Amino acid sequence: MEGMSNIVKKVTQLISGLIFMYGLYIITHGHLTPGGGFAGGAIVAGAFILLILAFGSKALNLKKEENATSVTESSAILIVIILAAIGMAAGGAVFFNNYLPLGRVGELISAGVIPLYNIFIGMEVAAALLTIFLAFVIYKEEVLK
Amino acid sequence: MIVFIMCFILFLVGLYGVLTRRNLIKIVIGLTVMEFSVFLFLVLIGYIAHGEAPIIVPGMKEPVFVDPLPQAMVLTAIVIGLATTAMLLSIAIRIYKKYGTWDIREIKNLRG
Amino acid sequence: MELLLSIIIGFMIIGAIYALHANDLLSALMAAGIVGYSLVICFLLLKAPDLAIVQIVVETITLIYMVAIVLNSSRKELDKGKRRNAFLNISIAVLVAFALVYYFQLAIVNLDVLGEHAPRMAKAYMDGAAEKTGSANLVTGVLFDFRGYDTLGEATILFTAAVGVLTILRIKGRKEKA
Repeated sequence: MEGMSNIVKKVTQLISGLIFMYGLYIITHGHLTPGGGFAGGAIVAGAFILLILAFGSKALNLKKEENATSVTESSAILIVIILAAIGMAAGGAVFFNNYLPLGRVGELISAGVIPLYNIFIGMEVAAALLTIFLAFVIYKEEVLK
Repeated sequence: MIVFIMCFILFLVGLYGVLTRRNLIKIVIGLTVMEFSVFLFLVLIGYIAHGEAPIIVPGMKEPVFVDPLPQAMVLTAIVIGLATTAMLLSIAIRIYKKYGTWDIREIKNLRG
Repeated sequence: MELLLSIIIGFMIIGAIYALHANDLLSALMAAGIVGYSLVICFLLLKAPDLAIVQIVVETITLIYMVAIVLNSSRKELDKGKRRNAFLNISIAVLVAFALVYYFQLAIVNLDVLGEHAPRMAKAYMDGAAEKTGSANLVTGVLFDFRGYDTLGEATILFTAAVGVLTILRIKGRKEKA
């Protein structure tokens, strides 16, 4: 699919970085303000989808992008499972044990292992949504010839 | 009580769309409308009048929170609804490529 | 609050009925967007900001997927077909709807009135939740600490959906190989 007009391209160059930073803010402050891993991951995916829609699919190497997002989503969910299994080993024999020190309520570095879960689940959600979108685009470009 | 009955009427509108429409995209729209009505019903049950959003802000004294358990359930359910819709749409793309139409009465081949 | 919510749900019903009867598929998708975005307003009125953020982003992404598919295929709605027993069909549908709403009203007669819910199960989760989990956001604490398995299941479902879409769109059929 071809890209859009020059105004859309210029505005996308200015704004998509801000949307990406806003998504990262929502992911990392998931234990203090509303949001969390799922909302932030979807916002990050939205920033990348905006870039693909504005510049067209000829500006990317589509198969390589899809390989990269697939590997990212698989490794992110693997790290979530490894973190949970470490909780089983580090005392308690409970799968999702909260084993890092809980700080004071309301600080950024607090709540044990919950911010780490938020970050990796955010990565996994963003990569999964991007993989689905890239699969649709590749099907349209290379199969419907 | 009237709010719960209107939620159920929204569910029935979605069910009507799934049962009687012939276009494949409208069947998918009907399914998502049915899911939205269930989300709304679950969150309506957990609402407490004059309650606060379930976030602890330093400096509040003795707040009454709304129920956070239905909210956690619906958060999971929204993402699952997105995954289901994506799978349905990919199957719909393959059907359109093979038959050339969205009409479900033309999709009759049992093999191939 | 009940009146305001009823009006918004009334708009959702009107939008959904129009979306299922539109002549053009793109108009149907716009009207389906009405249902999704009104749900965001309902969530904000019911004091659930987490859900509002997730719903607004997920609705936008779903609309992007569907519009991308509809614009690359056909947009027109199929022709109607003959209206043989229109009056009989509509009356049967309305009668069945009345019967279902009557039984639903019998089923929810023991629910509390909107706004007077007694949180029996949530008391065990909310008492001292900030000290037990360390997070100020109670919904995140419930999702990632008390109910971590459900979150793992949800992440697995999203992963499976991505793998499933990749599988369905890659397998070449018999005639396509020729």
